[in-house]
Amino acid sequence: MGLKDRIAAVEANYGRLRALGRDPSRLEFQNVWSPTEATLEGRPMMLFGTNNYLGLTFDPNVLEAATAATRALGSGTTGSRIANGSYGGHKALEAEIARFYAKQHCIVFSTGYVANIGMITALGGKDDVLLIDADSHASIYDGCKMADAETIRFRHNSPEDLAKKLRRLEGHPGDKIIIVEGIYSMLGDTAPLAEFAAVKREAGDNVYLMVDEAHSLGVLGESGRGQCQAAHVEDDCDFIVGTFSKSVGTIGGYCVSNVEGFDWIRSFCRPYMFTASMTPGTVSTARAAFRRMAERPELRAKLWSNSAALFRGLGDLGFETGPEVSPVVAVKLPAPEVAVALWNRLIDEGVYTNIAIPPATPNALSLLRVSVSAAHSEAQIERALGVFASVGAELGIIEPGTARGERFQVITGGAAAKEAGRTRTAQQGSANAAATR
Amino acid sequence: MGMTTADEIEARILDLLSAKVKSETAVTRETNIVADTGLDSVSVMDFVLELEDEFDINIPLDRIAEVKTVADLAKAVQDLGKTS
Ligand SMILES: Cc1ncc(COP(=O)(O)O)c(C=O)c1O
Repeated sequence: MGLKDRIAAVEANYGRLRALGRDPSRLEFQNVWSPTEATLEGRPMMLFGTNNYLGLTFDPNVLEAATAATRALGSGTTGSRIANGSYGGHKALEAEIARFYAKQHCIVFSTGYVANIGMITALGGKDDVLLIDADSHASIYDGCKMADAETIRFRHNSPEDLAKKLRRLEGHPGDKIIIVEGIYSMLGDTAPLAEFAAVKREAGDNVYLMVDEAHSLGVLGESGRGQCQAAHVEDDCDFIVGTFSKSVGTIGGYCVSNVEGFDWIRSFCRPYMFTASMTPGTVSTARAAFRRMAERPELRAKLWSNSAALFRGLGDLGFETGPEVSPVVAVKLPAPEVAVALWNRLIDEGVYTNIAIPPATPNALSLLRVSVSAAHSEAQIERALGVFASVGAELGIIEPGTARGERFQVITGGAAAKEAGRTRTAQQGSANAAATR
Repeated sequence: MGMTTADEIEARILDLLSAKVKSETAVTRETNIVADTGLDSVSVMDFVLELEDEFDINIPLDRIAEVKTVADLAKAVQDLGKTS
């Protein structure tokens, strides 16, 4: 299939849905003035579709570190660390992340995507086998495609299916690398890591576990290390990968490990070797954000109380949500058209969420991905629930004013229901935006 | 597994695939699994999970990428069964 055919196929696929409203891939925020507020189509929007879990993107210490480093060291490194050398900040960041995880080694990559393709291509050599969760992120799939190893896919969050597949590989001489995520980005569900770790141990030598904590760094675990920490299996997690693009609030990625000789990976990992390194500004941003994460554990607590409020609120309204309380709340919808309609009406009313429809979703689900930040105020969450209540009822997705709706009003003191009527506070919001600039 | 003939594998795959496909047109050994069934790439991979259980084999993703028709898939299943 040539380019023209591919473009025609995509147009046919999405054109119909796009005709129903906005194009999610072409939205433009004219202004962003806080972790939870932006201007879209000239109107203020509450952001419930980011990965800004801790709300650190406007933390004054973080911003100060970023600008100071940029002033001191320049806007970019203009090359890769292998060819053009590391800056002190790269090394310091790696040392700090290793210390944060209490692991011996850390390699920092230019993005989380690059960390995944880098680690997977480095680990999955010619006679090795990569075993990945069916719902893995695109960067994991792409890494597997690039790697010389074979890739076998097991059922989502199923240690049983993984065990079955490992059993079929008994006697196979190569390494087996199991890859899962801490929190899955679409449905917000967590991996049963204790069970996966047990399967790994059972499978014997040369079996490794790699965990992508993209959405769980700073979110799960006693000190925010992620699901490996929350499930108390950090020693079994041979490679922990993560990104700075979510709770850390900038871009970049990393992998930590205790595996002996880990540092040599830098010398054969092409996605590390052949792309420019993180800029001084992003390095300092990440360093400052890790410090703030450690200094302010209350952000994690706030994130979770906000997550519980939104998850329960949406459930009480009658929306079908993901399986567990999580900073990623999936609202499951019966068809792509319904998801598109709800997503558009929410934006009309000042609530920005993410839309996900097949084939980008597991099990051909159509859903809105509603994400929570520690920076959301209770009032914002109440207001968003109010909009969900009115728009959901208007579109016939939930029943209006049912017992569930009343229960929701009790929880929120009824304020959200009142708010629902007057969501067009556009002028006021823009004025605020202008004032903060 | 070694006892299963190519025809038996093909027949079983056709059964399982027909149950998945909603379109009117019958699924045959010449059916192109992606182009003719209306299944998207993820659904095809999910279907492969069923086949792995059914035939007690692992089917690597790069093998699926090579497959076009039901007959190709049956051949891949048979080959993988021999080596496992
Ligand atoms: C699970 C997962 N891994 C990796 C990535 C890639 O991270 P980055 O945005 O830093 O490239 C993402 C997000 O995009 C993700 O959701």
